[in-house]
Amino acid sequence: MTDNVIHVENLSKKYILRHQSSGHSRYVALRDVIVQKAASLFQRGPQVDREEFWALRDVSFDVKKGESVGIIGRNGAGKSTLLKILSRITEPSGGRIEIAGRVSSLLEVGTGFHPELTGRENIYLNGAILGMKRAEIKKKFDEIVAFAEVEKFLDTPVKHFSSGMYVRLAFAVAAHLESEILIVDEVLAVGDIQFQKKCFGKMEHITESEGRTVLFVSHNMDLISKLCSKAILLKAGRSVLFDAVDKVTHAYLSEANANSGKFVAANSTRCLRLVEIDKEALKKEKIVLKIGFRFSMKVSNPTFGVVVYTAGGVPVFGSNTMYHPPSSQIVHGSEGEVVVTFNYVPLWSGPYTVSVWLSDGWTAIEHEEAALMFEFVSINTPLNAPAAKYVGPVHLPAQWTVAV
Amino acid sequence: MSRLVIESGRSHREYWRDLWRYRELFYVLAWRDITVRYKQTAIGVIWALLQPLLTMIIFTVLFGHVAKMPSDGMPYPLLVLAASLPWQFISASLSSASQSLVGNSNLISKVYFPRLIIPASAVVTATVDLLISFVLMAAMMVWYQDWPTWRIVFLPAFILLAFLAALGPGLLITALNVQYRDFRYIIPFVIQLGFFISPVGYLSSTVPDKWRMLYSINPAVGVIDGFRWALLGGHNTIDPRGFILSLVVTAVLLWVGIAYFRKMERTFADVI
Repeated sequence: MTDNVIHVENLSKKYILRHQSSGHSRYVALRDVIVQKAASLFQRGPQVDREEFWALRDVSFDVKKGESVGIIGRNGAGKSTLLKILSRITEPSGGRIEIAGRVSSLLEVGTGFHPELTGRENIYLNGAILGMKRAEIKKKFDEIVAFAEVEKFLDTPVKHFSSGMYVRLAFAVAAHLESEILIVDEVLAVGDIQFQKKCFGKMEHITESEGRTVLFVSHNMDLISKLCSKAILLKAGRSVLFDAVDKVTHAYLSEANANSGKFVAANSTRCLRLVEIDKEALKKEKIVLKIGFRFSMKVSNPTFGVVVYTAGGVPVFGSNTMYHPPSSQIVHGSEGEVVVTFNYVPLWSGPYTVSVWLSDGWTAIEHEEAALMFEFVSINTPLNAPAAKYVGPVHLPAQWTVAV
Repeated sequence: MSRLVIESGRSHREYWRDLWRYRELFYVLAWRDITVRYKQTAIGVIWALLQPLLTMIIFTVLFGHVAKMPSDGMPYPLLVLAASLPWQFISASLSSASQSLVGNSNLISKVYFPRLIIPASAVVTATVDLLISFVLMAAMMVWYQDWPTWRIVFLPAFILLAFLAALGPGLLITALNVQYRDFRYIIPFVIQLGFFISPVGYLSSTVPDKWRMLYSINPAVGVIDGFRWALLGGHNTIDPRGFILSLVVTAVLLWVGIAYFRKMERTFADVI
């Protein structure tokens, strides 16, 4: 271990799942345990209502000083468990972690805030809970208050705070932690847009200028690729990829749509049955989307629409049957398909998602967000071109002239 | 730079050092509980005085005047008060300690710190009430012109004993309560029962000799006898055999409490 500040080796975490047949109480009642123990005396073989579940299995990685690493994966892939083990909230079942330096973890905004205490008191309380020394909080107090923009309400119990003020104060305390290693769960999505930007700026500052080591979990790939230099992809408790952030987010996005380019309705009552992208057309840099429908309810003026987004969720363009009416009318009560073709697609290469909606001309009836994802490959994109996230997704023909 | 190793079963080794390292959080949590306790109350800390005052009045009437229990020549109100202070401390800290983990589940599932801090700070909160109610004790002693003797220097030792006597069972029950919420129903019952087998309204010397040892298994007996001995003059004595038994039981309960708590502590975050 040279300049590695975090060294994780074969980390595993096992949970025992109890399948409770009776009731849905969150906790075990002593009575049930006694009954079960008594029953098991007369039972042969292993108990059937216990199941092992590996939340993490043999995860290994190293993080160097000053690196910021994103942790990506679907829900239940083990991201939170990994953070919990790293922040020592729960113990691993196997494996080993070595950490050099002070760790602060921020798994929730405002942990331990007490509604009866004032803003001032909560700053001290929350700071201590997050591991700050009293002197440290005192030193940063004014900075925290200014960041949170709650000067006027310092001596008001936080139960009277608006929810916006509450999260601002909570984030402000956390943002001023001074540890060498910071572990952050998806907590940036708080407050209004302006404050989010501020939080984001602070996070960028922490990772880039202050050179601290950051582990960061988020579902927002844009945020991850902006804040992190590397990323880990977790899948069912195993780490499947640990590489430069763009590679990993890319892998995640295409993997998240492994049966990609296609959406099939899970529920038979849905009107939007199927959404498919023509892969042959895609190779020719055309986008052809086929939407299969069956009306399960009365729709007076059926209107279909599609919107194409960047992988980060920014809309790029779209179309619908009101803007671009089809050759023949969509008849209510029928089933069939509509096809939309974009012959000219000036996009840079990269991953994009498509959302599809159906409306009666006024209000949406069904909306399938991120119905499918596709990888657009444009021959116009030079190999060393800046990523679409820096120059925008649209590639417009342009002429440069030079006068020397 | 500090180096931290996380492994299965590892947290055992640095436990006490960690506890010391997190002492500041301990102060802050205790401070939080104390501050919150009397926020938005009309009479605030007077509550801490009211309870022992009323107990004293009722018990003096009931045991001193109606039942005419022996008082060994001491004013009955002083006798009751010197006992109800530690008793109230033990019962308050037992009940708040036993609820403490479940009451702080949001902290436990989101932040690391030695969990022992939570029940310990709950007991400290009760200590503050105890200290406040000493004001009442002092006032009563002035009123009855009953001046403390040299024995009062031992009072802090008995306060510590009361603290430990409450902490042991408190740790055990709060850890059990995480797993089995049944234990929240047990505590009020234990406290109610304990009250009758503790010498609050009467002197422990009233208990017949043949029952005395059995009676002294209750750790509160040693604490209460100690308080009376340290605070009140007169020929108040401690039965040495009974007192040692109380000490032993306190020590055993504390050991069992800490051992069980630490065994369960590792899984608190997963279970709570």
